[in-house]
This record gives sequence, C-alpha cells and structure tokens, in this order.
Amino acid sequence: MSKKSGEYLINRRDNQYEVVIGLEVHAQVLSESKLFSTSATKFGAEPNTQVSLVDAAFPGMLPVINEFCVKQAIKTGMGLNAKINKRSVFDRKNYFYADLPQGYQISQFKDPIVGEGKVIIDLPDGHKEVGIERLHLEQDAGKSIHDLDPQNTFVDLNRSGVALMEIVSKPDLRSPDEVSIYIKKLRSIMRYLGTCDGNMQEGSLRADVNVSVRKKGSKEFGTRCEIKNVNSIKFMQMAIEYEANRQVDLIEEGKTIDQETRLFDTKKNETRSMRSKEDAHDYRYFPDPDLLPLEVSNEFVNKLKSEIPELPDDKKKRFINEFKLSAYEATILVSDIEIAKYFEEVVAKMGKNKDMKLAVNWITGELFAVLNSKNLEITKSPVSAKNLAILVNLIKNGTISGKIAKTVFELMLKNDEDPQKIVEEKGLKQQSDPKALEELIDKIINNNREKAIEYKQGKEKLFGFFVGQAMKASGGKANPQLINEILKKKL
Amino acid sequence: MSEITKQSLTELVESIKNKKLSSSEVTKAFIERSEKSKVLNAFITEDFTSALDKAKKFDQKPNLDLKLPGIPMAVKDLFCTKNVKTTAGSKILNNFVPTYESTVTENIWSEGAILLGKLNCDEFAMGSSNETSFFGNVQNPIDKNLVPGGSSGGSASAVAGQLTPITIGTDTGGSIRQPASFTGTVGLKPTYGSCSRYGIVAFASSLDQAGPMAQNVKDCALLQEVISSFDAKDSTSIDFKRSHYSKDLTNNIKGKKIGIPKEYRVDGMPKEIEDLWQKGIEYVRDCGAEIINISLPHTSYALPTYYIVAPAEASSNLARYDGVKYGYRANGENLIDMYEKTRSEGFGAEVQRRIMIGTYVLSSGYYDAYYLKAQKVRRLIKNDFDEAYKKVDAILTPSTPSSAFKIGEKTNDPVSMYLNDIFTVPVNLAGLPGISIPAGHDAKGYPLGLQIIGKAFDEQNILNIAFAMEEKINFKNKITDWWIK
Repeated sequence: MSKKSGEYLINRRDNQYEVVIGLEVHAQVLSESKLFSTSATKFGAEPNTQVSLVDAAFPGMLPVINEFCVKQAIKTGMGLNAKINKRSVFDRKNYFYADLPQGYQISQFKDPIVGEGKVIIDLPDGHKEVGIERLHLEQDAGKSIHDLDPQNTFVDLNRSGVALMEIVSKPDLRSPDEVSIYIKKLRSIMRYLGTCDGNMQEGSLRADVNVSVRKKGSKEFGTRCEIKNVNSIKFMQMAIEYEANRQVDLIEEGKTIDQETRLFDTKKNETRSMRSKEDAHDYRYFPDPDLLPLEVSNEFVNKLKSEIPELPDDKKKRFINEFKLSAYEATILVSDIEIAKYFEEVVAKMGKNKDMKLAVNWITGELFAVLNSKNLEITKSPVSAKNLAILVNLIKNGTISGKIAKTVFELMLKNDEDPQKIVEEKGLKQQSDPKALEELIDKIINNNREKAIEYKQGKEKLFGFFVGQAMKASGGKANPQLINEILKKKL
Repeated sequence: MSEITKQSLTELVESIKNKKLSSSEVTKAFIERSEKSKVLNAFITEDFTSALDKAKKFDQKPNLDLKLPGIPMAVKDLFCTKNVKTTAGSKILNNFVPTYESTVTENIWSEGAILLGKLNCDEFAMGSSNETSFFGNVQNPIDKNLVPGGSSGGSASAVAGQLTPITIGTDTGGSIRQPASFTGTVGLKPTYGSCSRYGIVAFASSLDQAGPMAQNVKDCALLQEVISSFDAKDSTSIDFKRSHYSKDLTNNIKGKKIGIPKEYRVDGMPKEIEDLWQKGIEYVRDCGAEIINISLPHTSYALPTYYIVAPAEASSNLARYDGVKYGYRANGENLIDMYEKTRSEGFGAEVQRRIMIGTYVLSSGYYDAYYLKAQKVRRLIKNDFDEAYKKVDAILTPSTPSSAFKIGEKTNDPVSMYLNDIFTVPVNLAGLPGISIPAGHDAKGYPLGLQIIGKAFDEQNILNIAFAMEEKINFKNKITDWWIK
C-alpha cells in the first residue's frame, strides 16, 4: 500500500489498484415522534414501550405522515446543496422479518424527496466534491434480540417506524480516510441543521458501504460489494481496507468478484458473504396505496430555506475573512456546531481588544486536551466560554503570563470560577513594575557574582540560569519579557 | 314482537323517538329472530348479552336527539370493534380481539346504535359468494340453496332476513352491491375517501370502501350520513362538504341526465337482465329524467385490471399476518418454517391464490407488464367516466350479470366467480359512488338489482335517483322465512 501525495492505492506485483467507494448513510431524523405514527422516539427506553398500533401493524391501522420529519428531510437536502423534489412518493418495500411488523418497509423508491446534491470535504491537500445521488425518507425496522434466550428471539419495536433519511452518495470516495472525512462532514451539516444528532453509539448514523476496485487509470468501475449496516467510522475504514484487499487478491488470482451483500465481522476484522445477487430479495416495490403522493408547495420550501442556519462551509469562510484564522484553524472550529458556538461566544465575550490567535490556541490546545482526557463534549465544558474569554484577555493585557495562565486554568476547572477572581485571591498578578524587578535582579547578581563574571566572559548559557533565579524569586509572577530586558542591561 | 323486525330503520327510529318502542324491545326482537336464524350462518360472533345491557342503559337515559337512538345493528366482521373479536372471516384472526374501534363503527355508536354482533363474510373480503369464509358459507334468505353473494354475504343475508335493521359492509370490487342485488336489498358503495378506512381490515387499500346496506333507500341514506366523515387517521380520507343525505333525499329527478353505457351489454348476458335494465330505463324516464346513450370504451379491461391491482395490494396488506404479533401461529423449526406453516394453515385457498397472483404481478421483471400497465388502464377507465360525466349526471347499469347462483356452483371455477363483479368493478377502479337497488325478479323469483353510478362525492344524486326509482319499482322481496321452524 502506498500513500503518494495522499493517493490511496493497493499494490500487487506491478499493479496498482484504486478503491472506489459509495455510501448509503442511514441518518435518524431528529424528531419527537415517528415517521407515520405519534409514538415517541427516545433512545434507551424500556423495550416495546414506544409502540403504537400503527408501529405494530395491527389490522386496519394506517400510516399518517409526520410533517416535521418531512421538513427535516427537506432541510437536510438544502444542507447538501440538493434539488428538493416538490412531489415524492412513498413505496412499500416488501420482505418478511420478525422485526418488520407490516411485512413491508415504507420507503421512497422511484421518487425521493431530495434529488442530486453535493458535499465539499476538506482533505490534507485541498478539498473535494462528493456527489449526492439522492436522499429519501423511510421507516426503521424494530430490533431482533437473539441472545436473551437459547430457543427464542425477542423483538423490540421501539425503533419500528422511526424516521430515517437514507443519503446515497455517488461513487466518489477513494480511500478509508475520505470516507471518514465525508461521514464527519455529513454529521456536522446535519447537526448544524438540527436534523440528526449524529450519535453513532446510539445508532443514529449507520451506513451501507459499497466497495469496488479497479486498476489505476481505468475508467470503468469494477464489480461492487455492499457491506451492510456498519455503525462506526472506524469499522467502516477497517471494512473497506479488508474488502478492497480481498477484491484485489481475487483479481490477482485471475478470479472474478461476485456482486453480493456482505457483513463486516468486527471481532475477526473481515467481511463475509451474506447473500449473492441471485439470492437478493425481490422487494416488490410499489407505491403505498395508504399514502397519497407527498406534495410540497414553493411557500413551504421557501419558508424552510429561510430557517437554514449558517452551515460549516460558510462559517469557515467567515472565520477566515472576519477573524483572520488559518484554513486549518477554521476547519477545526467549524467541524462541530457546538465547538463553533463556543468559539463565537469566546470571541464575543473578549470585547474589542481581542487576540484571536491566542483564543484559538487556548480552545484547540488546553481546552480540547481537558475535554479529551475527561471524554466530554464541549457543551459539558468545565470552563465556560465567558471565563475562557476573560482568561485570554488577562494574558493579552499582561495581567498574567501564559505560564501563570495555565495554573489559573487548572483552578478554573473545578467550579468554572472567574479567572480574574482567582488571580486576585491567589495574588498571581504578573510583576511588571521595572523598579521592583531591577531591585530583585540586583540582589540575584550580587548573590551570584562568580556566575555573572563567567557570563561576561562568554558563557552565554548562564543567561537562562539568571532568568530562572529571577522567576523563582518572584514566585513565577515576574513578567518574563521585562526580566529578559533588565538582565541583558545589568549583566 | 315479530312485527318489530319487519320495520325499516326509519320506522324504528320514529317508534323509539315517539316512545312507542324502547331500545330494549327492539334489540330483544332482533336477537330473538337471530336466535331462530342460526342456520343462515350470518353471524360469526354474537354479542347479544352485551347488546341487551346497552339497550337497557339507553332506555334508562335515552338520548333521542341521536340519529340512531338505541338501534341495534350487526356489522361485517371486517370492522375492528373494541373488545369484540374481529376475524375478517379468517382462521388467521380467529382469536383476534382489537383494543380499538374503526372510525366508521365509532361514528355509528356515537349516534346511539348498539352492536348486535359481527357478520360473516368472505375471508379478507375475497370472494363473491361468502363461501371462502373460514366460518362456513352463509345462506341466502331467498332460498336455502343460494349464496347471498359476497364478500358482504353475512351482512346482506342479515338485512334481507331481518336479523338486523341495517348493516355496513365493505366494497372493494362489488362486495356491497353484488350481495345487495342477490338478496333484494339496497347497498351503497360511497366515493373513495368518503368513509374512513381506519380500523377496517384491509384487502386492497386503493379500492376498499365501507358503505351502508339496508332494506330501502331512505335507510341507506340515513346510515351513509352517519358513517361518512373526514378522518385525519386515514391519509386517503377526503375533506369535502357532506350533505344531509337523508334530510335532503328527494324523488324529484326531473331533467337529470342518465347515461346508458353500451359496453355493459356483455356477451351472454341473460335476457332477463337485459329486460330488467330496459325496465329501469323506463322507470327513470317516467320520473322525468333524460336517457342518453354513452360509451365507456375501456370497460372490458376493468376486470383484468382489477385482478392485478387488488391482489397486488392484498399480497402486501396481508404480509402482516405472519404469526409473530397476533392471530394464529403454527409451530415451526425456525422463523421461515413458522411463517410458512402459519400462513398455509391460517389462510384459505382463495386468499392464498390472490397472494400468489399479487406477489407475481409485483415481482421484478413482471411489474411493468402487469402492475404498471394495470395502473395505466385504471387511469383510462377513470377517464372514460370523466368523459361521460361531461354529458350525464349518473349512469344506470345492471348490478350483476345474473341472479344469485347456487352454493358450490362456482367454487371450482374462480374465473366464472370473478365475472360476477364485471359491472361493479369499474366503479371501484374509478373511485366513484355506486348504489344497487332491487329492481325485479328473474323467472325463479330471485331478486335482481340495478346499479346507479354517480360522480365523485355525488352520493346525494344517486340516492335521489334510487329513491325515485324505488317508488316506481315498488319491489317486494319474496322471503318465506323458510329457515324458521
């Protein structure tokens, strides 16, 4: 495997293979109730406590579309720069399974609510456009639980009927890293829009991964395999790596690749055949006669458009232009809506005389380190944006040094205390009175006459010794810049 | 007492409102007659004890402002009724007791009516003779050897036999009008979207529609007024201005233009049907209406179209009966084995046949040739009616190509059975209202019906025409109570 200038290729003998990946992402719509019923959608509820007669497919029960979910799907489509279809149709996808009470899933087949669009992803060496084929609304199935009883399978229908958006990308992705960046970008856009919480642990975001390989330079696609229902970015990357290598090995052995559906075994780190093309379900799609075609007016769509917030790409541009951030810094800060919100609050609270660079460094440095080590989301940050802004201002106006600031920050972690107060109470204010510092330095030079002579004779390394002595004597509070200046003068 | 069951719904409502009769007296009368009529096999589930309790309660505090004050009635067993077993005529729902009520029956009870029980029907409403019911066939009160028609055969038999003053059926391809025609009763299939489908066991969702069955047009109008409502729980329910069908009922149809479609003169139609139709034409002319010959050119495609669309939807609608959640479950080695055993033991032959047809026509590779083509033809059939209604206000046709046939006569010949619906099916495909009224007898004395088809949402108009014709026809059903010893 080589990664020349970011290109992901698989090498066998003299052959180089490119990997082609397309994703079908299933994103759970953020909504209080299900797509066609009024049942709640809360995660982690007791099994079968969020199930209506419609969700359990009792005789004579009928689906009624949840308008909020429609709005969420359209907003997401707008976030993907996609065409919004004014008329879409719900179809039945027919198959039998114990956790599919109706015996069919209501989905959209020929006429999805959202058509073609695109997502820009940032790569280390620039950015790339990933095409979106479509987005459609569909119901989730329930959950079969096989490990509670040796004889029986239990079924939990809490998820049954929950609204999903299936976002289908074009086969535009070329490496596991691109997949990771793409998923994170999708997640970010939907979190900005408030249309999906993107919580992969809770299954709010899963993907079917289509993988094929072809010789580098080839224009034609290879035969693809679909890896079903992968629920973490890490597993997606592992699955792609395994699957791409498997396919390359087959080609190298002169064998052909069967188009099939495969499963990723996370324990063995391998993909396994689930069913071949011949065994593929015939879903017998047809328009659901219980539902009329979904028609939305221009006014409806325009109103939603007016509700779309600033999205990551625009925010990034603004951060670069308005705050003079580097593209790299801006990318990090806009990657998640909550981080962006935090940053913008810090900026607002810093007032007029602000040091943007310093603020960014503190957020992406000290603060992220703490959040990482404590495994916290930024919304649960122990230090509020307001107090972080005050801290940055204290450094900027010379009240405390960067080093002292770290001490203050440590103290702030406990109760999100006002750093100003901490500085005053603990007497941590920087000593910037030149007279007092001169006296202090005179004393040190007097006490270390021999070293002062050595320094003058050329042992320049000793300068650091005098700085250290001065800092120590001031209890770390001395303004280091002043110390430097005075020492240079006196020695 | 026996006189009570002879009264029409309108008369019974009058008697209760005038306090000539109590709800208990009326309820008791129908129960007693039903007890003596078990041989008809009209009921799947009797709810007599509870009905008498409800009647007693009603009499203690009678609300006489209601449209159906204390009126007992039985309903087709396709309507889900809270805490009362609902089987759809199938073994697979033999033990199913809903915890909810269909909108249509809810509308009925909230106007003061009382449930007598659940009436027999073809399994999942698939049949034209009531012979596919898991609970056995139903006898026609006209003659013990005759089928009552289907799928609302129990309903038709119960109204004709006076076991219930009125009832409701469902009509997917003729399931109200054909049995009404076979039993000398009146049956209305309303416009698609007029009556909510919520809580009705689904057969073919784009065609199913509940409707009233009664002894006369006025009763039918009153019941239609009660059951028709906009319902947000049914996405195909339509919010249109519904008239007061019984209050606005009039026999003045002067100047109405009535269309006679030439394509309904099918090959091999018995002469007595042709004569009946001619008589019907004379009657409406006598009423001052104008007769206009029209053409519905795609009529001959209606039946094949129906037998693609209806089974396709049914194959999907019936997938939920899988033994997992409710209803009959057979033991199996594994999930697939359980499915296969449950569904082959739980469904009867006709239902299985239609699931097979429906699965086939939706299969990839066949979808375009069958289902998609059928949808296109369906559009053409609807266009035919739209064209015709530019010239006429309603259309008059026979209800069925023959009178009631004998029990067992067509059970081994599904195609000949399907042909029974030839005049009723186009109406469902076009989503229009249609009413069958008894219009005469054949040589054997069996009743024959005429059908009046209206414009969408124009139930009032076809009820008026039926009302005017009813007066002229002055039909008397020849029922001898042969089953009561």
